[in-house]
Amino acid sequence: MDEKELMNQITELRELLRIKEAQLVALRREKQILQDYGLSNGEILRYSRQIFLPEIGIKGQIKLKNSSILIVGAGGLGCPAALYLASAGAGQIGIIDYDDVEINNLHRQLLYAETHIGTPKANAAAENLNRLNSDVNVIPYKIQLDSSNALNIIKSYDVVIDATDNVATRYLLNDACVLSNKPLVSGSALKFEGHLSVFNYNGPCYRCIFPKPPPPETVTNCGDGGVFGPAVGTIGVLQALEALKIVLDLPHVLSGQLLLFDGLETKFRKINLRGKNRNCAICGEHPTLYKLIDYEQFCGAKANDKEPKLNLLKNEERISVEEYNTTLKLGTEAHLLIDVRSTEEFDICHLKNSVNIPLRDIDNNEKVTLIRNRIQEIQKQHNDANLYVICRRGNDSQKAVKNLQETLKGSNIEIKDVIGGIHAWSKKIDCTFPVY
Amino acid sequence: MSIESNGISVIIELGGGAELLFDKRKKHSVNLPGNDWTIQKLLFWMKDNLLKERPELFMQDDTVRPGILVLVNDTDWELLGEGNYKINSGDTIMFISTLHGG
Repeated sequence: MDEKELMNQITELRELLRIKEAQLVALRREKQILQDYGLSNGEILRYSRQIFLPEIGIKGQIKLKNSSILIVGAGGLGCPAALYLASAGAGQIGIIDYDDVEINNLHRQLLYAETHIGTPKANAAAENLNRLNSDVNVIPYKIQLDSSNALNIIKSYDVVIDATDNVATRYLLNDACVLSNKPLVSGSALKFEGHLSVFNYNGPCYRCIFPKPPPPETVTNCGDGGVFGPAVGTIGVLQALEALKIVLDLPHVLSGQLLLFDGLETKFRKINLRGKNRNCAICGEHPTLYKLIDYEQFCGAKANDKEPKLNLLKNEERISVEEYNTTLKLGTEAHLLIDVRSTEEFDICHLKNSVNIPLRDIDNNEKVTLIRNRIQEIQKQHNDANLYVICRRGNDSQKAVKNLQETLKGSNIEIKDVIGGIHAWSKKIDCTFPVY
Repeated sequence: MSIESNGISVIIELGGGAELLFDKRKKHSVNLPGNDWTIQKLLFWMKDNLLKERPELFMQDDTVRPGILVLVNDTDWELLGEGNYKINSGDTIMFISTLHGG
């Protein structure tokens, strides 16, 4: 039996299993004894360990059952948040994500298994949450949230969780929550760090604190900067905590404050933020924004965390992997190949003849001297020397070429970047190179 | 005790990635000469003395760039007069670059 056939059979079996499980749930639900306050005996047993808490009790559990919480982004934040909300018995959970599950999500996005790779995150999340708790009405939205659909979706929910991965969607969600009068539980994470706050809940909104978006070049995403599962997970769990506290009308919701978490030092720090800004463009006394705007334009960045394809160089300043491979094989062209990826990425895989100088160090005097010396050595032997630059996908290499053109001005060497970087090398030249 | 002082000592902390511009160090204990220090003045001092690379990723138009929060002893500097806040010896001043991943 080949792989494809086996996968088809597994899919069929899984579908059959899903149908049978749904039948069983329906059958059991019919037999449930319902107390007059609205909880079934099954629910009482299931949630008893939190119903015992004086802050929750039967009243609180009913509030949870009647609650609806929207999670925007089913990634490293959204997955743990959703798990805790579903487990606690939130009545309705909406999950918005436009993306499909990829294998590089699995180290931190705990709702997905290997079998989900290539399937929509929103659907996989809904399926998994319903398996965890069949009482929850999980609504998957496989869409990109934008100015045209945000208000319409948000209006059906009590609380919104910002578990997104980009600046544009953060401003969009903030404005939509202010216009819809919904609290926004905002979390973010990168590397070993995380931030948490609640906006538009008797306190400032995101815009009150951050009236201007950050310059796009200062924003690092998880795909480039890396992220540690337990660190982002910690923030996701805390987002569930704050959302549940809001639903339960508990005090000390993290409004007007920001929690900083540093997983490397295992340190939490709570800071006091400014209050509501009277001049805030959206929630102030005289707002200038009455409806949603174009947030990609406002932020100068796309509403996703995918790397755009840059085009900074002229054609003659670039070389394809095929051409470079020919150059290497013939050995006719004396050159230096600089790999501008991080040391960690360089350790994953690299071309044997390459020298690692991470992009952020390319301006470093020591490194510039190193490049000059190497070029001179080559020039001594071969009269001529070219400089090639490679990176992961062919964006950073272009930035590096631009940079080197400046620093090596007047040295009369040809500087080119390798189009498509290591990814293209793996795809077209040497498939043993890992793609990451 | 003498009223005269040879300067003030402050702790500068960096987080959310801002430390990458400052030699990848999250904490800097510094002594500033004289007594008369505002955060505005400190920003320029940091730019000249601590910042290792690309100043535009830290400052824009004489203040921190959008997306960096400044905190004095765990309180938003906006509550304390922003750049005009007069720094006291022993203050901890924190610069947090906001995170956007998830």
